[in-house]
Amino acid sequence: MALSARLKAEFDELVTHYPERRAGLIPALHRCQEELGGWLSPQTLEDCAQFFGLDPVEVYGVATFYPMFRMTPPGQHTISVCHNISCALRGAEEVLAHVCRRTGAKPGGTSPDGQFSVLRVECQGACANAPMLDLDGTYHEDLDLAKVDQVLDLVAQSARAKQGATP
Amino acid sequence: MKAYPKYLLERVNLPGSHTLAVSRAHAGYSALESILKTGKKPEEVIAVVKDSGLRGRGGAGFPTGMKWSFMPDPAKDPRRRYLAVNADESEPGTCKDRVLMERDPHGLIEGTLIAAFAMRVQAAYIYVRGEYRLSYQRLELALQEARRAGLVGKNILGSDFSCDIWLHKGAGAYICGEETGLMESLEGKRGHPRPKPPFPAGFGLWGSPTTVNNVETLFNAPFIMNRGAEWFRSLGTKASTGNFLCGISGHVERPGVYELPFGVTAREILEECAGGVWKKRKLKAFFPGGSSTGLLPASAIDTPMDHDSVKAAGSMFGTAAMIMLDETACVVEASRVIARFYDHESCGQCSQCREGTQWLAQIFARIERGQGKREDIDLLVSLARGMAPGKTICALSDAAAIPTLAVVKHFRAELEEHVRLGRCPLRHESSGPGAPASMEEAHA
Repeated sequence: MALSARLKAEFDELVTHYPERRAGLIPALHRCQEELGGWLSPQTLEDCAQFFGLDPVEVYGVATFYPMFRMTPPGQHTISVCHNISCALRGAEEVLAHVCRRTGAKPGGTSPDGQFSVLRVECQGACANAPMLDLDGTYHEDLDLAKVDQVLDLVAQSARAKQGATP
Repeated sequence: MKAYPKYLLERVNLPGSHTLAVSRAHAGYSALESILKTGKKPEEVIAVVKDSGLRGRGGAGFPTGMKWSFMPDPAKDPRRRYLAVNADESEPGTCKDRVLMERDPHGLIEGTLIAAFAMRVQAAYIYVRGEYRLSYQRLELALQEARRAGLVGKNILGSDFSCDIWLHKGAGAYICGEETGLMESLEGKRGHPRPKPPFPAGFGLWGSPTTVNNVETLFNAPFIMNRGAEWFRSLGTKASTGNFLCGISGHVERPGVYELPFGVTAREILEECAGGVWKKRKLKAFFPGGSSTGLLPASAIDTPMDHDSVKAAGSMFGTAAMIMLDETACVVEASRVIARFYDHESCGQCSQCREGTQWLAQIFARIERGQGKREDIDLLVSLARGMAPGKTICALSDAAAIPTLAVVKHFRAELEEHVRLGRCPLRHESSGPGAPASMEEAHA
């Protein structure tokens, strides 16, 4: 296997931003994760290693250093709840507990139906709008439990709509 | 409340504030234009910034003009030169650069270009923390617009000044906000900070002369160039000039990001901007400048918010991220949360930091759980003294040690009470002490 022609073309352009090819590695890993199921499989790491002319272990060492890269397949949706100080002071633990109750996922785990992965994360820079969660890359801020319900209901609705559209 | 003149947040509430048209209609790129059209020399720009007294807004407060002047003379050193914009905002409590990037990305691009011109830099990289997707998107669109308008790239506005600006996405590691960790990360490696010296101006990105500046720092540059150093010095205090962005969070009525001149008291920010402590409660303590600055007791609330005054009060100005704790808050629990963060974020290179942050996190956790021992409090102090100051490659170890020493200094009695009672005296009955701890264990 190798990178798709589209990703390869994208990375060929990406590396022109830097005097050394390797500098494109982290942005490239982001793009792989976005395009290839929300995680970095051993195959993806090998493909990236080949593209950047690095040993696979070197790429693995970089990928595992950064908390945003996931080494196992996540659920359909990922909910990251900030548990750092500004959010903790305004009820982050209650938000997290509620998200876990509603989704059936434990922090750091995935719900039994595979729909939701729930993560505890460090400060996301939304301190003045605490508590917050990030759902699939979008911030939801100034949360209370009712707002958490609204966010989760919207996800369930869009999932049902999708199922209806493609039976 | 006294109305203070604003400039940093002047454009952010305009409809379409992130677009080139709105930016240009409100003086966007006019400072750059004037520099290039009037044939100003790079050293003249550095002289104005030096004269303005601008200090870095990323936490250390280092004089910006001086930092810029550390770059070697290109006549003697022909290496390629770089500017790295530190947009890896991740100090807990800090959420100010995000406002600028999301709502006035052209202001940052103009500031970046002025810095690049002053330091004769050929390429700038904006290292945006990975979680800031909207900041990244807005900057990406803004850069496209700016390139099309001849404001970024070759021969900017028809002059002989050329500079590329590239966006670079980080991936969630706090340590990459440290300037040498950021450079390692930008080079595609683990974000392990480098020993200094050599300093970035001599040996930075790819071994070339590099300067790393914070977003808000660069954002000030166009205003200084347009309005002059004297105008800038008329705001703030003698040693801390201009306005700063203060993100106030925690137990207040109106958390937010506010623009204020240096020297305004913490009380004025709390009461006038943030509407006071929430739920009609009293203030117990506050972090003046982010989680790595020492906690201050409520009695310090009249401290003026500028570098010297906060230092004299026994803490640090940091990133002006004020985190407020009301009278029901437990400082041991707050310390546990913060210590856990530094444990999680230590890169592991230095043993003082790798081991020390873990020990601090575990000790605060057991004191909060009611399993602390009498000697734990002295152990915290002894560990923190072994971790800082200046005992490790970078300041992350200090960032964990400083709030530890501060909490023991100001709240020793509360720590002792936890140990004596064998439980947290402040935890609410409804959320039993076991609940959050066991959730945390599930995570580990």
